[in-house]
Amino acid sequence: MNTALVELAAVSKTFSGQRVLDDIDLEVERGEVVCVIGPSGSGKSTLLRCVNRLETPDSGRVVVAGVDLTDPDCDIDAARRQIGMVFQQFNLFAHRNVLDNCALALRTVLGLKRTEAERKARDQLEWVGLADRANAYPSELSGGQQQRVAIARALAMDPALMLFDEPTSALDPELVGDVLTVMRRLADAGTTMIVVTHEMGFAREVADRVVFMDAGRIVEQGTPAQVLGHPRVERTRDFLQRVSVSG
Amino acid sequence: MADPNGHAVRSGRSPRQRARRRRAIQYVALAIVIGVLAFMADWPTIGHTFFDPALILNTAAHGLWRALWNTLVYSAGGFVIGLAAGTLLALMRLSEVAPYRWLATLYIEFFRGLPALIVFIALSLLPLAFQGLAMPFSPYGTVWAALGIVGSAYMAETIRAGILAVPRGQIEAARSLGLSPAQTLRQITLPQAFRLMIPPLTNELIMLIKDSSLVFIVGLSAANFDLTKFGRAAANNHVNITPLVVAGLGYLIITLPLSIVVRRMEARAASGRRA
Ligand SMILES: Nc1ncnc2c1ncn2[C@@H]1O[C@H](COP(=O)(O)OP(=O)(O)OP(=O)(O)O)[C@@H](O)[C@H]1O
Ligand SMILES: [Mg+2]
Repeated sequence: MNTALVELAAVSKTFSGQRVLDDIDLEVERGEVVCVIGPSGSGKSTLLRCVNRLETPDSGRVVVAGVDLTDPDCDIDAARRQIGMVFQQFNLFAHRNVLDNCALALRTVLGLKRTEAERKARDQLEWVGLADRANAYPSELSGGQQQRVAIARALAMDPALMLFDEPTSALDPELVGDVLTVMRRLADAGTTMIVVTHEMGFAREVADRVVFMDAGRIVEQGTPAQVLGHPRVERTRDFLQRVSVSG
Repeated sequence: MADPNGHAVRSGRSPRQRARRRRAIQYVALAIVIGVLAFMADWPTIGHTFFDPALILNTAAHGLWRALWNTLVYSAGGFVIGLAAGTLLALMRLSEVAPYRWLATLYIEFFRGLPALIVFIALSLLPLAFQGLAMPFSPYGTVWAALGIVGSAYMAETIRAGILAVPRGQIEAARSLGLSPAQTLRQITLPQAFRLMIPPLTNELIMLIKDSSLVFIVGLSAANFDLTKFGRAAANNHVNITPLVVAGLGYLIITLPLSIVVRRMEARAASGRRA
């Protein structure tokens, strides 16, 4: 039996005639940190969103922790408990305070009692360094704090896999560091992570593997040293050159 | 407005002076109108017909508060039913099942285009049309149903707009945590949508309060009189309009605070959006 935690086989997705994902194969082992890089519009977000079926592939198979998400009979709500997701725009629940944001799914999805759910939520907030903001509303927090709450909210469910879609792209530069620090600690703790990012420093330092996408295809993948240091493919070289010039 | 010597004036004065002059003319016109009214009107008769002090006290003492309470009960019940049915209709309008969408659209367009009076007449005739049918909680059941039917048609569109205004990311975040569509609706979408909808829904409540004056169609005993029916009956009795004025003030006691609250919330929402 295959040991990969995530297995994408021949995944394709078309949006209004445009082939956004073109026959993607990707496996992620338990404990592995995979960073996905590539130009805007190359399909990185779509790929990530197929992994928890926020997008449904047109064809191909997506298997996470042994559950085939592309099976129409699969219990997608149960499968998603295993998969935490962190969005570029944070997407904290605007009408609930920080503690409730983290405790909501514990109560409604896992059925924990309020006290138990809030204890777990507090633990996670402590872990991202925001225990003192438990009663604040999202609008009262900085972007960096909101994103750390979003990470705590996802972690509270104790997922087997964490997905990050450009978690620092909406942040002021001085707030990026705090979020990356939390993610680095998460990686050090052995969490399986797929991270779409433009932070090449983070990818070089934390990733076990870097995947370069262009035009809906995986063009090149390998260790950070290989892909970022000695890219074999012309398109990867172009992209990295552009990023390093602008960044 | 024509100014007889406009050219001379315009060339001789600054814009500020012209504005001041324009305002002065408007005040003078207003003073003239008030003066003419004060001089020509028969104030003692007007005062006696509309604002008879003895009759004001008499009206207040004989059933005004009961009528005010009844108006509140009629409109509150209609609002609750309208809100529940309106939410259901809004969800049907947003349904993936096309016949639900058609049914809801049909209902909404039908009852928004119909005078509320006709709905009241139709419902009060129902027991005649269907022998043996009795609306529960008479007369409240009939009134609540009529106001609920009218209110739900209006509220459904408000609620639908509110649901659509909830950002997609909120729903995606909830689903990605494992919440089911129903849990997401209950915990995330509806609470946020209703927050956005409080001002427009309060306006609909004000409309319903005024529409509740149509209960006279249903045929009421005195204990069930609403403000309008109560004021009208007393006005007929005393051949004087004062009770009707008092009843009108009764509506304002309810609707003015609601209007003020809505304005405040809208102002706050507007300034929040700017910030
Ligand atoms: N829901 C959608 N409907 C239509 N087109 C879409 C949709 N989502 C994505 N696309 C299109 O698919 C393509 C890939 O989008 P995707 O968001 O996956 O790219 P990306 O690599 O994440 O880009 P970025 O770096 O800008 O976030 C883009 O051309 C985008 O316009
Ligand atoms: Mg993207």
